[in-house]
Amino acid sequence: MTNANLRRALLSIAAPILALFVAFLLTSLVLMALGDPVKDVWITMLSKPKPRQITNIVNGAIVLYLSAIAVAVGFKMNLFNIGVDGQYRVGSFAAALFAGQAWLPGVLNILVAIVVAMVAGGFWASIAAYLKVKRGVSEVISTIMLNAIATGVVSWLLLKVAVRTAGSNAIGTKTIPESSQLEGWKLIPGASNRIYSLLLLAVIVGLLYWFVLGKTRFGFDLRATGSSETAAVASGVKVKRMVMTSMIASGALAGLIGMPLLFGQDHSYGTTFQAGLGFAGIGIALLGRNHPVGIAFAALLWSYLDTQANGLQIRAGVAPELVYIIQGIILFAVVIAYEGTRRLDIRLEQQRVARELAAQRAAVRDQEGAVA
Amino acid sequence: MANKDISFAVRRGTVHALVGENGAGKSTLMKILYGVQRQDEGTIKVNGSEVTLHSPSDAIDAGIGMVFQHFMLADNLTVLENVVLGAEKLHGIGGGARAEIRRIAEDFGLDVDPDDLVADLGVGDRQRVEILKVLYRGAKILILDEPTAVLVPQEVDELFDNLRELKAEGLTVIFISHKLDEVLSVADDITVIRRGTTVASVDPSEVNARQLAELMVGSQLPTPETSESTVTDRVVLSMRDITLAGGEGRDLLHDIDLDIHAGEIVGVAGVEGNGQAELVEVIMGMREPTAGTVHLEGTDISDWEVREIREAGVGYIPEDRHRHGLLLEAPLWENRILGHQTERPNVKGGLIDARGAKSDTERIVREYDVRTPSIFVTAGSLSGGNQQKLIVGREMSHASKVLVASHPTRGVDVGAQSAIWDLMRQARHEGLGVLLISADLEELIGLSDTIRVILRGRLTGTFDPDTVTSQDLGAAMTGADGSHGDAPAPADAGGDAAYPDSLTGPALAPSPAADDIEDPR
Repeated sequence: MTNANLRRALLSIAAPILALFVAFLLTSLVLMALGDPVKDVWITMLSKPKPRQITNIVNGAIVLYLSAIAVAVGFKMNLFNIGVDGQYRVGSFAAALFAGQAWLPGVLNILVAIVVAMVAGGFWASIAAYLKVKRGVSEVISTIMLNAIATGVVSWLLLKVAVRTAGSNAIGTKTIPESSQLEGWKLIPGASNRIYSLLLLAVIVGLLYWFVLGKTRFGFDLRATGSSETAAVASGVKVKRMVMTSMIASGALAGLIGMPLLFGQDHSYGTTFQAGLGFAGIGIALLGRNHPVGIAFAALLWSYLDTQANGLQIRAGVAPELVYIIQGIILFAVVIAYEGTRRLDIRLEQQRVARELAAQRAAVRDQEGAVA
Repeated sequence: MANKDISFAVRRGTVHALVGENGAGKSTLMKILYGVQRQDEGTIKVNGSEVTLHSPSDAIDAGIGMVFQHFMLADNLTVLENVVLGAEKLHGIGGGARAEIRRIAEDFGLDVDPDDLVADLGVGDRQRVEILKVLYRGAKILILDEPTAVLVPQEVDELFDNLRELKAEGLTVIFISHKLDEVLSVADDITVIRRGTTVASVDPSEVNARQLAELMVGSQLPTPETSESTVTDRVVLSMRDITLAGGEGRDLLHDIDLDIHAGEIVGVAGVEGNGQAELVEVIMGMREPTAGTVHLEGTDISDWEVREIREAGVGYIPEDRHRHGLLLEAPLWENRILGHQTERPNVKGGLIDARGAKSDTERIVREYDVRTPSIFVTAGSLSGGNQQKLIVGREMSHASKVLVASHPTRGVDVGAQSAIWDLMRQARHEGLGVLLISADLEELIGLSDTIRVILRGRLTGTFDPDTVTSQDLGAAMTGADGSHGDAPAPADAGGDAAYPDSLTGPALAPSPAADDIEDPR
């Protein structure tokens, strides 16, 4: 029992480490092939981040974590919600628009705006869910389409409600009132900047994800559907309703992604709002194996790479986009490694069961022999 | 270890039978012979020269061809296309190939038209196509893995005629089976395998089925007989005029009337794909009948959901445990929850009661003799028989009124088989109504209180298991007995009966993966 757990733990740690190593190796080869300074690149990437950068890493990870959890909810059901990016845009825009009106005071404004973001993100995901359940449209296709539509719709609506930021070409929603802006916490010693207060939101979401999926009946149904739809149907799960619910839940969580940015940094939704977060979430969910803790580590790693890559241009003369190559290779390697360790795990388990049963049988025979 | 110290020799131009109970290691041996798996030690010789088989194509080069139990044919292609698929280099894909197929078919008495669509063929014909496929590739040694499992008695006779023809032409047939009467009637030599090793080589003229069976099991044989009747006159499950429309005109189920009484086992016999799966799915609420009603102890449950029906006390042993009964990568205790996610001891309110589920899993493992090192191993790592005992235990823990058992002993070893039979008898004794669907006629005749025959979605006959024979049932199952009013000419009916195969397709065939996971030793 403990042996099996230990083996499983080792296997699940070995896979990502192996993936990192492969990424390190292949990236070095790419750099060498192009005549770039391999050593300088790694010195830059692996240098110890300054306190200010650590704050940035954590802040980046908070946002990525929310994104990956949103994706993971779908993954657990075998649903590929590629539309997290669109749902995030729609949710962030709706929340920023609402919070900017300052209808409610202070914290209440924040809380209701968060609910608005979830409703908007959930609504956007429900379109894909509805199409899948009623018309059998693959959620992969429909969510990709809806991403494009979301970008268009949000830009169009933004133009209708936008106010121009003083002294800039950027436009955005009305800035949220100061009473609803969160200044963050000084958690990293020596850093001048602050960790988003909505770190709290990420922690709550992580705990809820763990609890709902692992401990509730609903979570069991969801996981059962993900691991064998046929068995789930036979066990009484209404799969269509499950698809609907989990897709909307995924979208609602996607709505949360922009919240730390909105309340802790940007204070409005505008043309400069960070893009591509939803796609990063897909990779991080994979890397973190849909596990709430695993995803946290994966998000930190991702954010670390993003942050460290900023110095590449200056210190190594290499475009910071190199980090996408590294991240891409990590993903490829990790997907392959996970499948490999999964099969290895199944095989080892079967062998172990067979061995222990044989030992049991032998013990019984010995006993009978002793009696006779 | 699946096999150790296996040794046997096969003479050219004979039918050599390999017999052994499920899980004895026959499949592993076959995989080795067909190059799917490598032996750790030992040698294989063909015609005196040693061969190494790394892949199926090595096996084909060595003249070894394999006919699998579950056909690997593309329904929407013709016989010709299926045969040349993957062997296009031999005789092309046109006239040359057609002529070659005709020649082989004629030489070996395999009556198949190369231009027929496979979807239109019956089970027996499909098997002939499979044989044709390996002959076309030049096989001189044919391995047939449980070839009769999918056939009704009349088709078995045809197959045996084909095998004798092959033998007469100088080919060698290795025939794997656990049906002893068949083995005795067709084989020239018999090798018995038990627990992965060859225990005896016998001459079929010198043994009878009983002796052979005891060699196979190594002890006395269990028989599926029930004791005195416990049937009451209280109907627990009743189906009236159940019709389920199919996609293409013909009903999958038509006007089914079926009553199951408390303490009664109702057996349903039929060639696979004649509506058994649909019948079960209607009872379990997985499909809505187009017309008709289902009553559970007088309550109309026709439009209830699966979960409500299971909560009401209907246990379900699905025909394909890997697809419908288990989460293979989840631990046993989570599998104990599956299907009963709303019932104690699995849940408290909306939360999973892990402690309750685990301790009850321990109980099931103990009471139902599930051989496992712990309840934390994955369901997929258990043998088929132990997986099935876990399912039976789980369902018996919740079924209070009806037990629907679909092929409950398929692919399990003899030990587990007799245990499962005992449990069915126990369910009957406890006053449950049991619906038993099985392809094993001996099991049906031994366990049932009443046998109904299903043919093309209709219940066509009722038999008393005390007086009926396998032959009678076989005839009724194909409609050859004329019991079915609007059946076409009897000769036609046999093939016709197999059509639904293509309609329900994948749901019927146990997933190929099943065999891989079956025997972890």
